[in-house]
Parts: sequence; C-alpha cells; structure tokens
Amino acid sequence: MTIPMTDLDALPLLTRLSHTQRAAIAGVSRIETYEPGTRLFEEGGLADQCWVVLSGCVMIDTVVPPRGRITLQSIGPGELLGWSWLVPPYRWHFGATVVSPTRAAVVDTGALRVLADEDPALGYQLSLILIDALLNRLQATRIRLLDLYRNPS
Amino acid sequence: MNVVLDLDGLDALVRVLRRDGRVVVGPVLRDDAITLAELSSAAGLPSGWGVETGPGHYRVRRRADAAVFGHSAGPQSWKRFLHPPRRRLLSSDSSGLHPAEDDAPNYAFLGVRPCDLAAIAKLRQIVGGRAPFVVAAQCTEPGELCFCASMGCGPAAGAGYDIALTERIDSDGHRFLATSGTDEGAEVLARVPARPASPNDLALADQDVEAATRRMGRAMPELDLRDVLTANRDSAHWETVAERCLTCGNCTMVCPTCFCVSVEDTTDLDGNAERSQRWASCFEIDFSYLHGGAVRTSGAARYRQWMTHKLGTWHDQFGTSGCVGCGRCIAWCPAGIDITEEAAALATMMELGGERP
Amino acid sequence: MTTWVPTPYEVVTRTVETHDSVTLTLRPVAESLPAFRPGQFAMLYAHGVGEVPISISAIPGDGTLVHTIRAVGAVSRTLHDAGPGTVIGVRGPFGTAWRLDDAEDLLVVAGGIGLAPLRPVLGHPAKRTVLIAGARSRQDLLYQDEIAQLSDVDVVLTVDHGDHDWHGRVGFVTEPLASIPLDPDRTTALLCGPEPMMRFCARTLLGRGLPAERIQVSLERNMQCGVGLCGHCQLGPLLLCRDGPVTGYPMAEPLLLAKEL
Repeated sequence: MTIPMTDLDALPLLTRLSHTQRAAIAGVSRIETYEPGTRLFEEGGLADQCWVVLSGCVMIDTVVPPRGRITLQSIGPGELLGWSWLVPPYRWHFGATVVSPTRAAVVDTGALRVLADEDPALGYQLSLILIDALLNRLQATRIRLLDLYRNPS
Repeated sequence: MNVVLDLDGLDALVRVLRRDGRVVVGPVLRDDAITLAELSSAAGLPSGWGVETGPGHYRVRRRADAAVFGHSAGPQSWKRFLHPPRRRLLSSDSSGLHPAEDDAPNYAFLGVRPCDLAAIAKLRQIVGGRAPFVVAAQCTEPGELCFCASMGCGPAAGAGYDIALTERIDSDGHRFLATSGTDEGAEVLARVPARPASPNDLALADQDVEAATRRMGRAMPELDLRDVLTANRDSAHWETVAERCLTCGNCTMVCPTCFCVSVEDTTDLDGNAERSQRWASCFEIDFSYLHGGAVRTSGAARYRQWMTHKLGTWHDQFGTSGCVGCGRCIAWCPAGIDITEEAAALATMMELGGERP
Repeated sequence: MTTWVPTPYEVVTRTVETHDSVTLTLRPVAESLPAFRPGQFAMLYAHGVGEVPISISAIPGDGTLVHTIRAVGAVSRTLHDAGPGTVIGVRGPFGTAWRLDDAEDLLVVAGGIGLAPLRPVLGHPAKRTVLIAGARSRQDLLYQDEIAQLSDVDVVLTVDHGDHDWHGRVGFVTEPLASIPLDPDRTTALLCGPEPMMRFCARTLLGRGLPAERIQVSLERNMQCGVGLCGHCQLGPLLLCRDGPVTGYPMAEPLLLAKEL
C-alpha cells in the first residue's frame, strides 16, 4: 500500500524535510500493518529495510541464555526502527517483534540510499534525521544505565 | 531625648530595667573572653578590658582606661538568647501532641554594638519571637576584623534600639551620652539619674563615631556582592578556599545571623517522644541530606553555600544581606579564612571576566 | 513555635501500590488543615521517629489527605507500615502548586515516585492531556489500575526493564517525549522525577520548541520546617519549602546545572 502523505507530514521525525523531500521518501516506502506476535527480523538476518512506526509498538530483543529472549527497547509511534542497514555487514544486531497492532511505514533502504546519492541535499538532511534519532536513543539508553528510579535505601 | 549618664547612672539603668521584670544581659569577662551573661549591676561589665583580634585570633587585653564597652565582637552573640542553641518544640505521648511552652524571658540587652543591633533585626525577621529591650552601645573603637561600615551596619547605631549609649572617657570624666530611640526607651531614661546633654556632648559623640568609620580593620569590596557570587558559582576559587577550610562550622556558630536549625527526635523507654531543634550548620555533611545521601559533600560546595547565602542569596530570600560586618567568622575560624578577602578575590575574578571551567 | 506543631490525622485506608510504596488516606482526628493544592506537600510526623515531606497525591475534597509514601528511610518506612487507626502528625499545606491556569494542552511527565505529586492534575480540565510515566519495571509503576481507567488522557507508560508480561514501552521517557505529537504553542509541561530525568526531559522539550516558561519542575531538597526557617532546603536563592517545590524551568535550569548546589 502506498503511503498517505499526511502520515509523513505529521511525523516530528521528518519536520526538517520539505514536502517534496517527504514525497521522495514516500516513493520508496509502503505502509504495512502487523498483528501482535509478528517477527519483523531476526538477529543476524540481512538488513535491507527500516520502519517508521506510525501506531502500535515493536520490541527489540536479544537472546541471553538461560534467561531467554530479553526485551531491550520498544519502538513506538513516530520512532525509527532499524539501523543495521546503514553499515556493514548489513546484518540485524537484534531481533524485533510486534507487541501491539502496529501500522508502520516500511522504507526500502536500498532505494533510499540511491535517493540520497542522487540528491546530496536530501542525503544530508536524512543523515541529520538519522543522527538525531540515534542520539536520542543513545542518550536515553545512557540515562537508563543510571538506574534513576531505584530505591536509594 | 538625650541625657548624659555617669557610671552610677548606668548602674541605675540596669536596676530600672531589672525592676521592670526584665532579664538584663550584657558583656562580661569570662573564660578569657568577653561573653554575654545576665547582669545584676553595671559592676559586672568588663571595665578596663579590651580585645585584640585577627584571623583565627582573639585575646582579651587590659585597656589603659576603664571603658566598659571598649571591646569588639566576642565569641557569643545575642543569637543565643533570641534563638537558643537548643529548644524543645513538642512532646508526644499516648494522649497526643503537646507543644512546648514558650518560656523565653523578657530580655533587656545592654551594650549591643551597632553591628549586632543590625544582626538582631535580621535574625528576628526570620525567627520572630518577643522583641528585646535594646540598649545599644555605639562603636567608637572598631577592631582589627571589623567591617560594619562597608556593610552599612555601623559604627553608628541604626534603627531598632530603645536607648543608644555613646561612651566617652576624657578630662571631664567617664560618661555615656544616652539617646532614646523609642517612647519606652525615653520612659526608662526618665527614671535614671542623668544630666541633660549639651550640644557639645552630641558633637563629641558624633565625632567619635565618625572617627570610628575611618578606623575599620577590614572592608567588603564596593560591588554588588550578589552579582559577584552569582558570577562565581562555578569558580575554581571555591576549591582554593576549601584547601584551608576545615568545614568545622565555627563561622556559622559565631555568626550573629546564621539561623539554620535541625530538628531531632528522641524517645524514652515509656514510649514518650520529644522533638527539639538545635543550631545547625551548612558545613555539616548531613545538612543537605536527601534520601540516599548529601547533596553538598565537598568542602568547596559547603563553603560556597555559606558565603553565597550570607552575602548573596539572603537578599533573594529576605530582602537584605545576611552579613553585618562584625568579623566574628574571621576571628573564630581556626584556619583564619577571611570572608572579606575571599569576597575581594571573587570580585577580582568577576572583573577579569569570571572564571568558568 | 506553632509552625512546628503537627495536627493529628488518623490512617483510614492503606493501599499497597508497589513492593515499596503505599497510599495512605488520612482523616483529621479533630482539627483539620487548610485545603492542599496539587503540587503542595505536607510534613508527616511518625511518633518518635521523625518527620518527612510528602506530596499530596490526590485531593478527594472530603477533608481527607491522600499521600503515596515510598519506604526509603526510617521515617518513611514507619509511615509506609502504618495501618488503619494509626495516628500521624501532619503539618501543611506547604510550598507552591502546579500552575495550570492557562494550560490548553497538558503534558505530564513523571518518573518513579514522581508520579504521586502529579496524580492530582490528571483530572484537571485541559483540551488534551498526555501522561508519560516512567518506572524501573512493571512492578514499580504506581496507580496502574487507575491509569487504565483514565478516559480523557493519552497515556504512555515506559519502563527501564521489560519482562515477558509487559506490553507497554521499554525505554526512557525522553523517547516518547521526542516523538509524540505536540503543539509547542499551547502546551504546558509538568515534570516530576529524579533531577537528571527532569533536566533531560526539559531539554528534549526545548528542542521541540516548547518555551522554557511553560515548563514546570518539582524540586526537592532537605525539607524540615516547611516555612523557610530551618535553611536546609536551599537551592541557590530558593528556599524550596517556600519558593518550591514547583518551580518554573527558567529559574530552575541554572540551579540544576550547578554541581553540589
């Protein structure tokens, strides 16, 4: 299903793009809906797409014997899922499972890369968007390491 | 009302105040220091005793004359009477909560130096309580550590006294110009044997106090100290002070305006509990305790808190400075840290564009 | 001296919220205290043990006081363990309240026990209310049943550590804060939680164009007297028991950034 522009226009993630640039992103994306329990990718699999969650929730996990699958992070509305397509070896670092009915824009990252190569202005803006999202994730993860809510006693 | 008292007149003043049911407190020589204690007559005053002060230094010394108010600030201040070091707040038992009785006496303070007069006003603004009857002693002989003039708190007595005395000893004898500041003060003076003051008595008193202004041992920098301290919040200078500061809290104990208290709970074996407050110091680690630990653990942070509060944020909280320039914190600092020197150092840094990490 | 005298209140109900937190409803034994506003706090006195500052966590309007207490020290542990019938001394109301007058959209961000002081504002009439609450784990989240019943509030719950039964979010509150729809021109943000959490949230909001003037934080220091007399709760120029706990972010920011202030 092609992506309605209103979905992309409403995303805080993409506010730095012009309407035309957003339309270009829409051209390499499609809308998907997922039922809870859907496995989006497995650790070690080929990373050739990414998702922008529009509604619902996806959990990122990894397997820790003997504890089993451990949830590391959730990806909610407006957030970006999937970085591993950016850098070699283009393999998913973690796994991802849909936990509530989810609607997401799925981006063909190969096509996105071509877009960015052809239009460096768009490519630059995309880089900033990815860095912004990555930084936000990194900072939030560091804050979680502080264990701020622990009982001090 | 202006009259002149001799030593007998001063003694009569003590007796009148006592007769009215007041507990008269004034300076006495005790334990090699000028301390404050209840007086039964003017004979208890430290006649002929002066003091010699310096950073981390205080000694009483014999004077060449018999002046009774010829000494600068001692280890105690009037704070211990208006805001006692320990005070019961309430008790609780099986029958409920019982507020402690307010048993503060009706005080008359005799020989209150102008810096301390200002301190009494600043302290009472916060802790309240019954107003004491105040007999101020204008300052004609500032000490080495005095800087009241630069804090606007002396050497002339400001507002708040009932009677202000100016002591003078010369060829015409040992006498006190007594000026009433309130109707109550005038009423008391009217019952004391005295002669009317002449224009010359007034002129001599003004001249002696004016001369004292020029003999201050110390001065605060003439800058807005609030700005200085705000600009220096992150200054490395606090670390420099902390290298000397023992965080003992002496400065807060001797300060006539430091008002902080901690509340303590005690219980007995019968299940009765008591709450009381005691003087606290921002130099105590637990002063800033927040579940899990103290906020200000370094000596630098604690010294910064004390000095910044005293000279800066006191303005934000109470509309005035917390410092009166009495110099006690310098004399009783075992490391001789001098608040005027530290303020000057910070002011210099601000003028150099501040110092930021 | 009367400022130090608590008013006796009796525990009417004790609701266990989490493994270390309970909510007590207190009824006056005789005299009652003036009404509390959301954001204000009381000093709760446990006989013979001591007194601690605890925010009001609900305002039923029937003269009772509602406090959520986390056991973190001797006094809070005693209060936490107080069953119905226990008499507790209460002083208050103290401090500043959340300022909600001109709030069109309300963004409420809470971390850990910081949800308690914000709970009374969740019923405030606003065009839109969003609650983002963080906790250590599902077991640490306060008021879960009540939050599930909130009909007019968009709720995002996020925990540091997920488990198999948890279907909310795993992550820090700054993440939903960065991506939720937000109208910076009409949103008032109320933040309460550990200091770093409030700093990071405020920065995220500033990045999204929310003016600092419309961010409020609830600050905490060692409150003892409640009326600016004991000096313990100073944070720079503020006596937090009197000038706080609720403080505008323009005032709070430089104070929160100074080390050991």
